[in-house]
Amino acid sequence: MDVAAQTPAAPPLTALRHKHLLGIADLSAEEIVLILDTAEAMKEVGRRTIKKVPTLRGRTVINLFFEPSTRTRTSFEIAEKRLSADTLNVAIASSSVVKGETLVDTAMNLEAMSPSMIVLRHASSGACHLLSRICKAAIVNAGDGMHEHPTQALLDAFTIRERKGRLKGLKIAIVGDLLHSRVLRSNVLLLTKLGAEVWVCAPATLIPPGMQQMGVRVTTKVEEAVEGADVIMMLRIQLERMQGGYFPSLREYFTTFGMTEARVKRAKPDAIIMHPGPINRGVEIASEVADGSASVILDQVANGVAVRMAVLYLLAGGTDDETVA
Amino acid sequence: MKRLLRGGRVVDPANGRDGVFDVLIDGDRIGEVGKNLKADGAEIVNVPAGLIICPGFIDMHVHLREPGQEHKETVATGVASAVAGGFTAVACMPNTKPVNDNAGVTQLILQKAREAGLARVYPIGAVSRGQKGEELADIAELKAAGCVAVTDDGLPVATAILARRALEYTSMFDMPMIEHCEDQSLKGDGVAHEGPVAASLGLRGIPGVAEAITAGRDILLAEMTGGHVHIAHMSAWTTIEAVRQGKSRGVKVTCEVCPHHFTLTDDLLAAPIAYDTNTKMNPPLREARDRDAMIAGIVDGTVDVISTDHAPHHYDEKNVEFDRAPFGIVGLETAISITLDKLIHTKLITLSRMVELMSVNPAKILHVPGGTLSAGAPADITVLAPDLPVTVDKTKLVSKSKNTPYHGWSFKGGVAATIVGGKVVYSNPATGFPQ
Repeated sequence: MDVAAQTPAAPPLTALRHKHLLGIADLSAEEIVLILDTAEAMKEVGRRTIKKVPTLRGRTVINLFFEPSTRTRTSFEIAEKRLSADTLNVAIASSSVVKGETLVDTAMNLEAMSPSMIVLRHASSGACHLLSRICKAAIVNAGDGMHEHPTQALLDAFTIRERKGRLKGLKIAIVGDLLHSRVLRSNVLLLTKLGAEVWVCAPATLIPPGMQQMGVRVTTKVEEAVEGADVIMMLRIQLERMQGGYFPSLREYFTTFGMTEARVKRAKPDAIIMHPGPINRGVEIASEVADGSASVILDQVANGVAVRMAVLYLLAGGTDDETVA
Repeated sequence: MKRLLRGGRVVDPANGRDGVFDVLIDGDRIGEVGKNLKADGAEIVNVPAGLIICPGFIDMHVHLREPGQEHKETVATGVASAVAGGFTAVACMPNTKPVNDNAGVTQLILQKAREAGLARVYPIGAVSRGQKGEELADIAELKAAGCVAVTDDGLPVATAILARRALEYTSMFDMPMIEHCEDQSLKGDGVAHEGPVAASLGLRGIPGVAEAITAGRDILLAEMTGGHVHIAHMSAWTTIEAVRQGKSRGVKVTCEVCPHHFTLTDDLLAAPIAYDTNTKMNPPLREARDRDAMIAGIVDGTVDVISTDHAPHHYDEKNVEFDRAPFGIVGLETAISITLDKLIHTKLITLSRMVELMSVNPAKILHVPGGTLSAGAPADITVLAPDLPVTVDKTKLVSKSKNTPYHGWSFKGGVAATIVGGKVVYSNPATGFPQ
């Protein structure tokens, strides 16, 4: 008997397999594509005069931010509002956390008010995993420590696909503080899953151990990283890291690793320049590059809303709130 | 009062014994060990065949937390945990609050131990006053009060010059300096072994060489001074290599390994429970190469001691973000099962070697009684049930704290009974040991 002949073709994916979005590590390539495709439709909503659909009506989404954030928090909030969710922001200065309630207690108290989703930004890697074990609400990782920032990687992929029509086979150079960057981890996971050729570049002091095992090419020569690249993605040099002595001075960093027009010329003529923000002009990127015609930095911000709408929409589809008798 | 243990297999490497012998206990001492001893009025204890009678196991690296952190453990709950885990004696670390850097704290611990009974307790004093790494604690007074070693455990001895002085000074008293090896500048604010796993989880790393550098420093200083350094809880292959080289040159260096470092790797931080704070300890779980080096060192004789680094922490303290949780796991009640399962049943080492690692050598290193079933020795006996199926259930641990990464793990082998000073202070009915 031909078993294979009897196996029906897999239906096209219409939902995510996991209840939470804790990281790109948990997503298959197929799920990533589903999110990106869904974001296309969401982007169309953003072009309407009335930028609102009733998808999440009656659902409560809490944006729980333990770290300062302008872009990500605003982006999530706009996404939630465009989906008609009841949304509220809980911003907790890290100093008051030290004095007061534990993360677990905060989460249990919020959970008691039955939100559908909690969007969490936290300085500790794994904070979202901890919440996912104690909350019924779907947890959306908006950046946890040095671990992952999955919606950033998704919006980056969306932006690249929009400009280049594909991800597979593109040479993508990621330059900056690899060691401390959650954006780096999520992007490497995502881009390698979708078949891009990823190069990462940093001073040797800012390359995490085991980088090679993540399926990327590692170099400390920025010229080599950007040579023939389709995409140059800059990572922020976190000024607060300077005390760690990872490099001698911001000036030397810029002269050695900063993205200048001269360096960009080594990339493909139609290469695009990306940055998750906030940018440090004259540190990791020259203003002429950041503001130049190849820069898609503000497209990334715009696409963030559509991608986050897609994530919230798909995660809500996976819950069964409405079917409870 | 006399008791005659009859029918068990006696493993007593100090006397070259491994076979079925009778053990006569005379009061709190070993009376005699031999074939077919006459009862002569002694109470007969029929030990089921298959059980192993060993000199009492000594855990030379335990945090009892008293005084000052009684919500984690007390001397009383700690020794109860010890005897349930088959240990007849424990040596307790000085990082209490206040630090055990003076005779008053030592006496308090010993007083609590007398009240608790059960296991013997050997306090370990601080190397430096307040464990601040600045000046030597009153080591002669600590010794006179009952301390058996000194350490700044939790931290390394801060500077080479202080380690030098401590090694010179302790050499007057037959006390080892126990070193928690960890270069603080390399450790930084690390929370996990520096490697691919920590990198993918976004956790700040502690490289293995942070341990080996301090070990290397102290081995050289021990060589120079003639002092005795004992390297605590080794975790990195480079550390054991440094110890091996030191031993080959005749340096007075001894060392210990904990069960988690010869069984687990940092993969456990990612799965099955990502960021489980019960996988966070210091030194951290490292890579397969490191774990395998620990096993190799146990097999080839480089490792002197298996200790637990029993580090109880309250549930609330561990139920937090990974980087905010304290380092440490409990170990007293799982060490024997892990060792029997992972080293004995795998035929990596013999029972005789296990007794050396867990009884003979800790007694020698700390210069305390025990480690032998010779006539006149204290009647401290650990009875093993090598084939007992054991499943770790953290809710059933005797320790006040339940922070173990082994919850739900099954092992072959456990404890049948623990006898301290001739008294049966713990026995497990499931093993058939007479109740």
